[in-house]
Formats: sequence, structure tokens, C-alpha cells
Amino acid sequence: MSKEFNRNEIEDLLFLEADLLDDWKLKEWLDLYTKDASYYVPSTDLPKDAKADDSLFYIADDRLRMEERVTRLMKKTAHSEYPRSKTRHLVSNVRIRSIDTDNDEAEVSAAVVTFRTKGGNTDPYIGSNYYRICRENGVLKIREKLCRLDLDGLRPHGRVSIIL
Amino acid sequence: MKDQKEYVKIDRDRNTFHVSRSAFVESDVFDQEYEKVFDKCWLYLGHESEVKKKGDFVTRTVAKRNIILTRDTKGNLNALLNTCPHRGATVCRESSGNSKNFQCFYHGWVFGCDGKLKNQPGKESYDTEFNDDGSSDLASVPRFDVYAGFCFISFDPDIIPLPEYLAGAREYLDLIASHSESGMGVVDGSQEYAIRANWKLLVENSIDGYHAVTTHASYLDYLMNTNGGLTDVALEGKSHDLGNGHAVLEYSAPWGRPIAQWVPLFGEEGKKEMQEIYGRLVELHGEDIAHRIANKNRNLLIFPNLVINDIMAVTVRTFYPSEPGYMVVNGWALAPNQETEWARKYRLYNFLEFLGPGGFATPDDVEALESCQTGYRNFKLVEWNDISKGMGLESPSYDDELQMRVFWSQWNNYMKAES
Repeated sequence: MSKEFNRNEIEDLLFLEADLLDDWKLKEWLDLYTKDASYYVPSTDLPKDAKADDSLFYIADDRLRMEERVTRLMKKTAHSEYPRSKTRHLVSNVRIRSIDTDNDEAEVSAAVVTFRTKGGNTDPYIGSNYYRICRENGVLKIREKLCRLDLDGLRPHGRVSIIL
Repeated sequence: MKDQKEYVKIDRDRNTFHVSRSAFVESDVFDQEYEKVFDKCWLYLGHESEVKKKGDFVTRTVAKRNIILTRDTKGNLNALLNTCPHRGATVCRESSGNSKNFQCFYHGWVFGCDGKLKNQPGKESYDTEFNDDGSSDLASVPRFDVYAGFCFISFDPDIIPLPEYLAGAREYLDLIASHSESGMGVVDGSQEYAIRANWKLLVENSIDGYHAVTTHASYLDYLMNTNGGLTDVALEGKSHDLGNGHAVLEYSAPWGRPIAQWVPLFGEEGKKEMQEIYGRLVELHGEDIAHRIANKNRNLLIFPNLVINDIMAVTVRTFYPSEPGYMVVNGWALAPNQETEWARKYRLYNFLEFLGPGGFATPDDVEALESCQTGYRNFKLVEWNDISKGMGLESPSYDDELQMRVFWSQWNNYMKAES
């Protein structure tokens, strides 16, 4: 693999992201992302190459909406997450898929399970995350995150009110 | 249902309307709903745009039945029961696709996409007149009809015709179908989810104008933040009883609508494009209808469980209970068959800001419905839900509860009917 990216530092970034999300440090979570970042959760019946511009996703946030998502989730009026759920993001099988040296960017995949517990129910979100990770002023940042769920639908979850 | 049990209590002198919470929790109500409501109504199967080409199919579960919606090689639509007439296996195990035939993998029987038995291994061992009566073809659903692109089925062979059943809802389906002269179609990708609550809670919630300000406070904050202040359009409008248990709220609201209420978030490029869309609607339908299509929001319930909400975008949603406190929901986005890349992108962006399990509003609805279901554990001590708001008013507002009373009155009629 290229000298610009190695798996250890990418894993550190993804594990840090998981911790921040589980600690509900969502503003700090946003800091891991570039200013042109995006965050996607496609619907579970779409083909892999589906795009949010012409297919219906569960979530298709640009940076503005990621910020608004965080702002909303930090409010008591985000009823679905107040009182807050407990979450545990597990990240595994991290692989650097390819490196784009021109843009100083790596494509990374990881197998993930996120558990959300609230009100006596624990629901697992099982899937794989695809990241585009770049280096900004020497610091690794996430430019894109896409969470592809290995589920038939959000059942019984009913929502993706947490950040996956 | 026990004869003496009343689930709906109406006092016309005091203008109160109460619904028993036992209707949301009791298993005998749940059992009877399938028999007395779902099996006696027209139910939404899918949209004709989902099976555009000959051989296209989608599979659906409707009121516990496995159905295949197909467009056969002659171009006709069919609603077939997805079970092999031979020994019962499902003959199609994919959610969608294109195929001239369905082959049951168990013993290899082959059916055309019109359901006709074409071949079976070991044919020579059968009587020469085998299937002359068609009883070994895939069975069709007893009734099937299409209105304005929306495909409906019924398991009641004697049900009234679909247009008659739809009553006043026809006008609203026509309005939605008129968004574009290219017709409307379902966008790829369906939002499939579940809610740990009784299905009738989602009926109520889908047409509830009263809850927005509190349940969706954080969404309204978001609109304020991102749109440079809301548009100066007020939340106001009316609710209407459309007959046969169908109801609609029609109202203006400050959020953006892809057809064709512009907000600053859509950008200047969008402003021009939306003016053109609006101009074309005026040419086609005149100023009044164009204004209604473009600027009015509609939350439409077609009894018992089809919701078409033409709000920040157009969503079609249907749902069934698998137990009293659990429902399975399927939601789709409906959009003009032909619109620019810009328009499609912003339509979906706008859809997701509010709608669906990852939006800024639906999760809080889900939470509210689950919270109600939890509250109903006390149903023997606190028995009645109140949906009296606006009762006795000549023209109830969008945030009154007329539409829920329309639903519950009809639900009560069906449940009381002799089967």
C-alpha cells in the first residue's frame, strides 16, 4: 500500500469516530469530516451503484445537513433520541480498497455492527461502511461515509435516528 | 367481537368523540381486523410505474398474502397469488425483476407472467385434459383495478367497484397524477421499516395536523435555520371527509415543495426552473388548479391503510399489523416520470429532510406512536382516547381531528358488520 495511508492510522480514525458517536460527542464527530463531506444510508433494496440524486435513500446528508442533524440530535425536542439511546459501534475488517494519489484520498471499507438500546429494546444495524478518507493539513479526515445495511429493511428498528 | 363492546363513543350533544384504547391492544380486535376490514376493502398493491415493461414484476405482501404484480407479454397488469397451485411453494422469490416465466423450483412447474401454466416436468404422466379448467394456473387475486396509476386489489369478490369505493378521494389522486404531464412514477428505493405500535396509530399520525408544532419542533427549528427564515406562507388549511372512510387535509405550509414552492435552500437555479414548472401547470390546468397542485400540501388517507402525502415531496405509504403492537411499513417516493436532474435531486433532498426513518421528523413520529402504545398498557385504567378537536365546527381546520373521526367511524362500521 502507498506510503500516504496505512491501515493503523485509518483504524485509529474509525475507532475514534465510533467512540465519539457512542459518547454522544456529536460536534466532535463532525470535526472528523471535511467541509465538503457527505453521509449516506441507502435504502436496503437498492443496487450498490445507486445514487442519492435519483434514488430514494434513508439518509443523504451533505455537510450542511450533517451539521443540522447534529444540532437537532443535541436537542431535547429530538424526541426519538431524548432520552438518549445507548449505542455501541463495532468496526472490523477494515481494508484500504484503493488510493487516489492525485487527490490524496483513500477508499476504505469496514464491516460494522451498531447496537442501539432504548426502552427495553436492542436493535442491531448490521452492514458495511464505505469511506473516502483524505489528508487535510496532515490530518486524516473523512470526506464521505456510506453505510450499506445488510438488512431487508429497518425492521424492527423503525428508524435510523442515531448516526451509524 | 363481543356484541356489547363499544370501541367508539360519540356524544353529539357535547361534541366529544372517544376511541377505546383496547382497540389498539386486544388480540381479538387484531384478528377481526383482517377478516372484517382488510379482507373487505380495496388495498394498495403498487404503482403501475413499477412494472413499466412487459415481463416486469414486483412481489409484495398485502394483508398477509404474497402477491406478484406483473405486466405480461401482452402488456396487461396481473395480480397473482404467489403460491404454486401444485404443492404451494412461492414461485417468485425476488422482490422485483423482469421475466417471461416464473418457475417453481420445487418440482419445476413453469408459469407465464400472466399466470398461465406453460409446462410441468413429467407432463406425459398427467391426464390429457389436465388444467383445461385453468385450476393449475397461478390464481389471481379476486379483484384488481387501477386508478390514476395506483394499483389496488381486494380479496372480497363482491366489493363495490374501485372508483365508487374511492369516492371523493378520486379528485385527490387525480391531482397528484397531474403534477406532471409526463405522469408520475415510483422512484427506485423503498423505505421499509417497522413500528412497535398499532397500525391505526400510523393512520392517525399520517393525517394529523395537530401534532406538528410539538412533535416536530426540532424540524421546524431546522427549517428556520436553513431556509434563511421560513417562507412567509402560513400553516393553514382545512380537513375534508371524502366519504367511505377516506379523508384529506389540504393546507399551505412554509416548507419548500419541489412542485413548485420555492425556498432559498433550492438556490437561484431552482427558482427559475420552478417558475417554468409552475408556468406549465398554469398552461395545462389554469391558475387555480396550478396553484393548488404547486402550493397546497395534502395528507390523504384512503381507507383503511393507504397514505399519500403530497408535502415536502410525495410519499406513498402502506402498512399492516403483524400483531396488535407491531406494524410493518413500506414507503415510496413518487415523482414526475420526466424531470430534470436538478429537480429530481432536490425533490429527494427535500423528501429526506422530513420523511422516512432517517429524516428529521419521521423518527419522532415513530417515537410518539411507540410512546402511545406503551401508554396503552394502562388501557384498563385509562380507557379512552379523545379525538374531539374541531367537532361541531362547520368547517374544521387542518389541525382539527375530523379526519381521524372519519377513519374511526368507518372502521367501526366494518367491525360491527355481520361477516
